[in-house]
Amino acid sequence: MGERDEVSSQQIELLRMEQVDKVFNGNITALKGMSLQVRQGDFLSLLGPSGCGKSTALRLISDLVHPTAGRIVWSGEHSADDLGVVFQEATLMPWATVAQNVWLPFRLRGKVYGEVAKEIDDALNLVGLDGFQDSYPRELSGGMKMRVSIARAMVTRPRLILMDEPFAALDEITRFKLNNDLLKLKDAFECTVVFVTHSVFESVFLSNRIVIMAARPGRVVTELSVDAPYPRNEDFRTSTEYAGYTRQAADALRLAMGEAA
Amino acid sequence: MSVVDHGQMATDKEELARLRRQRLEAGGKWILPVLVLLIVLGLWDRVVVWNEIPHYILPRPKLVLETLIEDWAILFEALLVTVQITLMALAVAVIGGVGLAVIFTQSRLVEMSFYPYAVILQVTPIVAIAPLIFIYVDSRIAGLLMCAWLVAFFPVLSNTTLGLNSADHNLRDLFRIYGATRWQTLRYLQLPSALPYFLGGLRIAGGLSLIGAVVAEYVAGTGGLKSGLAFRILEAGYRLNIPRMFAALFLIALTGVIIFAGLSFLSHMLLRKWHESALKRDI
Repeated sequence: MGERDEVSSQQIELLRMEQVDKVFNGNITALKGMSLQVRQGDFLSLLGPSGCGKSTALRLISDLVHPTAGRIVWSGEHSADDLGVVFQEATLMPWATVAQNVWLPFRLRGKVYGEVAKEIDDALNLVGLDGFQDSYPRELSGGMKMRVSIARAMVTRPRLILMDEPFAALDEITRFKLNNDLLKLKDAFECTVVFVTHSVFESVFLSNRIVIMAARPGRVVTELSVDAPYPRNEDFRTSTEYAGYTRQAADALRLAMGEAA
Repeated sequence: MSVVDHGQMATDKEELARLRRQRLEAGGKWILPVLVLLIVLGLWDRVVVWNEIPHYILPRPKLVLETLIEDWAILFEALLVTVQITLMALAVAVIGGVGLAVIFTQSRLVEMSFYPYAVILQVTPIVAIAPLIFIYVDSRIAGLLMCAWLVAFFPVLSNTTLGLNSADHNLRDLFRIYGATRWQTLRYLQLPSALPYFLGGLRIAGGLSLIGAVVAEYVAGTGGLKSGLAFRILEAGYRLNIPRMFAALFLIALTGVIIFAGLSFLSHMLLRKWHESALKRDI
């Protein structure tokens, strides 16, 4: 954890939240005084119990809701093209084929299919769904649907990918596989990820930074760095290093929840 | 039961019973209704013969068929008029219903202002409105069309509105995040989401526009050259030509069935690739 400052000073800021409050219906405080810096190339996990405002933080970053107080600052010009999003459900359009689903973010920018067919094929190839272009979502398993969703989020190579507990509904075997693949995809697409989860194991495996949050009111309690080098694979998952970080994160989470109770 | 394995598909007792049941159901779906029809026609025929009922009270089925063939020229012409009005009304109901639904979902204010009146139009019986319509609308065809439309447009409107509003909320969020325009959201998200609902409404509207067309013609009464089946039924009733009444009734029912089957087929073709309702299950 001591090396954190050295690492961060080398990195370029992508966006930051400054003392952001979010109050719903005038009296429900979803988020209180949240400050957070996301740096280019980060895999940043927001880890915390239900109701700690993790998802609200993502909705604030994606501009679906606006802060009651405080502000969110992007470095450089910010537009709708900066974001890719993956939800807990795959959230595909059932009437469209896999390729058409991945085409969506391009299509909404007025690009015809032919113009971006190569990008779409490449993205599907990278998520391991080559040959499924013309399948319909209902023909795919839960894990495959999630892969399509990830391909859709990454295909335009946005600066930031937001993921809201994307693997929570999957079985553990599929989840491990997708965890491994997600790290490869992040490298391939050179993106930054903000990842919401309530799994300690998942957050340690994936992240270089874990922001631990507590509920009532939702707030940031502490932050951990996971300084284990990438690429990480199954060996990392069974290493003592991994066990150590997991321990740290679990302790920090317990402390945060103890505070809340 | 001893274990027999000839390298064929595994077939235990339960599976065999299931297959038998499936075959029975597949055949029965067609054979049974036809059987019922034949029995009813036979009974009808016998009742008329045994009780010596005169044909101007209840004709034998055979006489109805003969009348259908004999009066085909008159009846077919009338059928074309009825079908024409029905299909035109259905087309206008689709355009009006979908158009209004789109406008309603684009503007809450418009929806709040006009939805109650759409409901009022729907719940007021068409036979009560029709006489007024025929006072103010000179063209008989236009009047019939308007009546049929009034009956048929509401299911299209209400179903399509429901469908446009049932787009997955996460997908809506995604469209917002990607900065989609209203038109894009409508075109790529809401209209496809609404398709199954719309098709459900369309099937109801198909039947209703036929009902509207027939009822309106009853109200309109005697007409000039272009008379539909309803007028032929009225006319035959005045003349105690009961066989022709049955023949015309048969044609109306047949038209209704064909419209329903056609729309069901259309619905199946449009949804078969992706929608739950059109998927075949194995078990």
